[in-house]
Amino acid sequence: MVKKTHVSTTINGETAEFLCEPRQSLLEILRDTLELTGSKEGCNNGNCGACTVLMDGLPVNSCLVLAVEAEGATITTIEGIAEQAHLHPLQQCFLENAALQCGICTPGFIVAAKALLDRNPKPTEHDIRFELAGNLCRCTGYDKIVRAVQDAAAALEGKH
Amino acid sequence: MATVFIPPQMRDLTGGADRVAAAGATLREVLRALEAVHPGLAARVALGEGIAPGLAVSIDGAITARGLLAPVQPESEIHILPAIGGG
Amino acid sequence: MATKTSPDKKKTGKAADTTNGEPQAFKVIGTRPIRHDGVDKVTGRAIYGADVQMAGLVHGRILRSPHAHARIKAIDMSAAEKMPGVVAVVTGKDMPDLRDKMADLGEGTVNLAHLGANCLAHGKVLYKGQAVAAVAATSPHIAEEALKKIKVEYEPLPAVTWVLDAMKDDAPLLHDNVFTSEMGKLGKQPSNIAVHLHFEKGDVEKGFAEADVTIEREYKTASVHQGYIEPHVSTALWNHDCHLTIWTSTQGAFTARQQTAELLQIAISQVTVVPCEIGGGFGGKISVYLEPVAAILSRKCGRPVKMIMNRNEVFEGTGPTPGSFVRVKLGAKKDGRLVAGEAWLAYDAGAFPGGMIGPGCMCVFSCYDLPNARVDGYDVVLNKPKTAAYRAPGATQAAFACESVIDELAEKLGIDPIELRLKNAAREGTRRVDGPTYPRVGLVETLEAARNSDHWRSKLTGKNRGRGIACGYWFNIGLKSSAAANVNPDGTVTLVEGSTDIGGTRTSVAMQLAETLGIAAEDVHPQVGDTDSVGYTDVTGGSRVTFATGLAAYEVGLDIRRQMAARAAMLWECKPEEVTFADGVFRRGDKSTSFKELAGKMHQTGGAVVGRATVDPEGPSHGFGAHIADVEVDPDTGKVTVLRYTALQDAGRAIHPSYVEGQMQGGSVQGIGWALNEEYFYDDSGRMRNASYLDYRMPTAFDLPMIDTIIVEVPNPAHPYGVRGVGETPIVAPPAALAAAIYRAAGVRLRELPMAPHRVWTAKKMTNDEC
Ligand code: FES
Ligand code: FES
Repeated sequence: MVKKTHVSTTINGETAEFLCEPRQSLLEILRDTLELTGSKEGCNNGNCGACTVLMDGLPVNSCLVLAVEAEGATITTIEGIAEQAHLHPLQQCFLENAALQCGICTPGFIVAAKALLDRNPKPTEHDIRFELAGNLCRCTGYDKIVRAVQDAAAALEGKH
Repeated sequence: MATVFIPPQMRDLTGGADRVAAAGATLREVLRALEAVHPGLAARVALGEGIAPGLAVSIDGAITARGLLAPVQPESEIHILPAIGGG
Repeated sequence: MATKTSPDKKKTGKAADTTNGEPQAFKVIGTRPIRHDGVDKVTGRAIYGADVQMAGLVHGRILRSPHAHARIKAIDMSAAEKMPGVVAVVTGKDMPDLRDKMADLGEGTVNLAHLGANCLAHGKVLYKGQAVAAVAATSPHIAEEALKKIKVEYEPLPAVTWVLDAMKDDAPLLHDNVFTSEMGKLGKQPSNIAVHLHFEKGDVEKGFAEADVTIEREYKTASVHQGYIEPHVSTALWNHDCHLTIWTSTQGAFTARQQTAELLQIAISQVTVVPCEIGGGFGGKISVYLEPVAAILSRKCGRPVKMIMNRNEVFEGTGPTPGSFVRVKLGAKKDGRLVAGEAWLAYDAGAFPGGMIGPGCMCVFSCYDLPNARVDGYDVVLNKPKTAAYRAPGATQAAFACESVIDELAEKLGIDPIELRLKNAAREGTRRVDGPTYPRVGLVETLEAARNSDHWRSKLTGKNRGRGIACGYWFNIGLKSSAAANVNPDGTVTLVEGSTDIGGTRTSVAMQLAETLGIAAEDVHPQVGDTDSVGYTDVTGGSRVTFATGLAAYEVGLDIRRQMAARAAMLWECKPEEVTFADGVFRRGDKSTSFKELAGKMHQTGGAVVGRATVDPEGPSHGFGAHIADVEVDPDTGKVTVLRYTALQDAGRAIHPSYVEGQMQGGSVQGIGWALNEEYFYDDSGRMRNASYLDYRMPTAFDLPMIDTIIVEVPNPAHPYGVRGVGETPIVAPPAALAAAIYRAAGVRLRELPMAPHRVWTAKKMTNDEC
């Protein structure tokens, strides 16, 4: 077996160090080593978006990132989206809009939607559908997810 | 007497009749009454205390959950159907 | 009675109305509380099957057949067993030999030898992707490497993957112990045709002779997958006291327990199944796949074994829905009255019998009052994965055919497609082709709501655009559910129920208990119990949870009310019968106490109040829907874009309207995917060539418009609050609705699913060439 590599990152605002094999994905380390199981695995090949995390502010499929590539990176996972005692408006709007059924896609959608709203605070329906096309949901038909993101955009705008 | 609708694929046992009348307070009694007149029918519909694998019995529009113990009313309509489940 | 519901999220209750003879003003039912498990699911805290961690955990992987049909001559596991890190290797030989044992699983009967061979092959493989051996190792990567060291010697056999080919006399025979069953009467020769069904009503020949117009067409549909985003996952611990605990993603913990116990020939009490949060099922997570394999690996190595399928395995090794061939013939009078119908359906079951032909045959004409009709159906085994239920299993294929012929009839007769349907719509008293008559159902109301909808009344303008409509039907089953609830001294109630929650049913069930007790939805804390902590409950499937487990919650409420009334009687020194209950308040004469106050006095009046109920309501509760679709067809590529979509459905009573809408929207979109681009694409050797999400291509957010919903409420007389199931019906209508829309947009009738760009384009080209 190859020797493990030491990687040091910042995850959800805290320093996180881990040892990993070169073949291990960031998703695997997050879930199995760091016990951050909120990021989900739906395909392990970049097709479903359930594993979406922010890496230096950009949404990535963590199943396609090698853990060793995370050296020095700042990572936000679903566990880091809520602000202390408060849900993030996206989380609140997902709940109010019933934008989840089974909920397995939800962490990925919320993280991807956060990336979208960070970059584009007033997205059109088209923008939302386009930007979230890399996240699959088999339960909702997307209608309520799109509305939740629209509502979150409005709520965030009100906040600023 | 209850009316038992005989599916086409079981009419070889009823001499071609598509419905037969039978008395009984439970499905078991109805089948017993039928069996006396149309031997072989009960064995096709029931297995042990239950309905034969792959089949279901509807009594007055409801798929019975009680197998042969299902109550039958004097005016009941009984149908032998394929089993259904769902996703 | 119809409410357009989509964007309105207000938390207002339904107005008073009359259900089942009882005047009812609802406080909780019809409102939209936030689901109880919501926070855990938006923060990543909810524990799904793959999130289970425990000390000493090892990881299992499965070796799968590269052949669509082959005899296994030898398996050499020695190299894999020797690999450092490998702790156990098993094959089908490690499972008991079950021959022709049958087991009744509540939702249906299965042949255990078939179920077992679908978990780990015995002697023969019947489809590419069938499990052949399994390895457990200290890391998933080591397990994966070990698979490559297992040597399997195969003798490949000819394979067949299209249903009509598999029915031919000279087709490769899959099983030498499958004989055609005709309602229990078995054929003499082994056959790939496992079941032949035949229904008949009236005089079909006479009916067609009376028809002014007759249309007969043939339809094909490809296999499609349920597509749940969470792959199958199970963790098993065969403890040293021989007790087996399984943490798993399943639609039914009790059926998973029973299947596992039967397959391993151990006592049911030796197995505990803990249902984790489940990432979608749609019918595909009822059969066990990994549970028994993880169990025998754990038995061998003495450690907990976790197994997760990868996406490719989910496509190739778990249940798609049947591919099908359906022929439908309908005859009508000039005025549109249907006089005769005939249907011939062949569905593939996959590698083992037990497909969806029964419901297919029972649903093909379920929307119409046909005086004369005949239906023949065939369940056919072939070299594809064993099919599993998929949302209204068997109904969508049948409806695509029947509803498309109805659309052609409407055109030929010059009658509006809604009017034609209304003229022939099934209603109370209509006798179905399979025999029973309908109780009060809501198809007419649903069609009337469609006719009155904004969508149907609006004008669709623009080139290459068209609108279509189609109906859908699903039975909605009953079956067994159990629930129990504890009253807390603060007047809240904890509810334990046995139905795994896939789409918000904790809440729709809890709301019915809250309504019954006159307390707020938030004051009920629902939990899903494991097989040791709640009474037997059948699967979350068949659109039954809000109906049947909801009924159990209602009965729990009545039980608690009775007990609480007795407590009030104790305090007031009267007889319990003298205490009445309404709106959350117990009364006798001028004395009254709220549920909350009385709960506070629980301990001085006799201790805990525990309500319990177990129910077994008899279905079906009959769900009808109608869908309207507007599309645009790109003349250069044949690509179909859905411009606008409205789903209407009789929900009986919408307990939590948001989740009813959610079922309608999600089902519609699965139907749209089935209609327009999903398919198992097979090459000549029986290998699926698109076993990834990228190539299988389910709909994304970018492929769709908003899905409008109109909930129609014709209360179900067999439920205290009028609930009918809602989950399955919405997948049934989309293919036919879209085919009708495509016809009006592009002038071509597509009769094969998916109606992918190449098919639309080719059909258009052929019509143009003819002109
Ligand atoms: S698990 Fe990473 S994209 Fe699907
Ligand atoms: S809510 Fe189930 S996949 Fe999106």
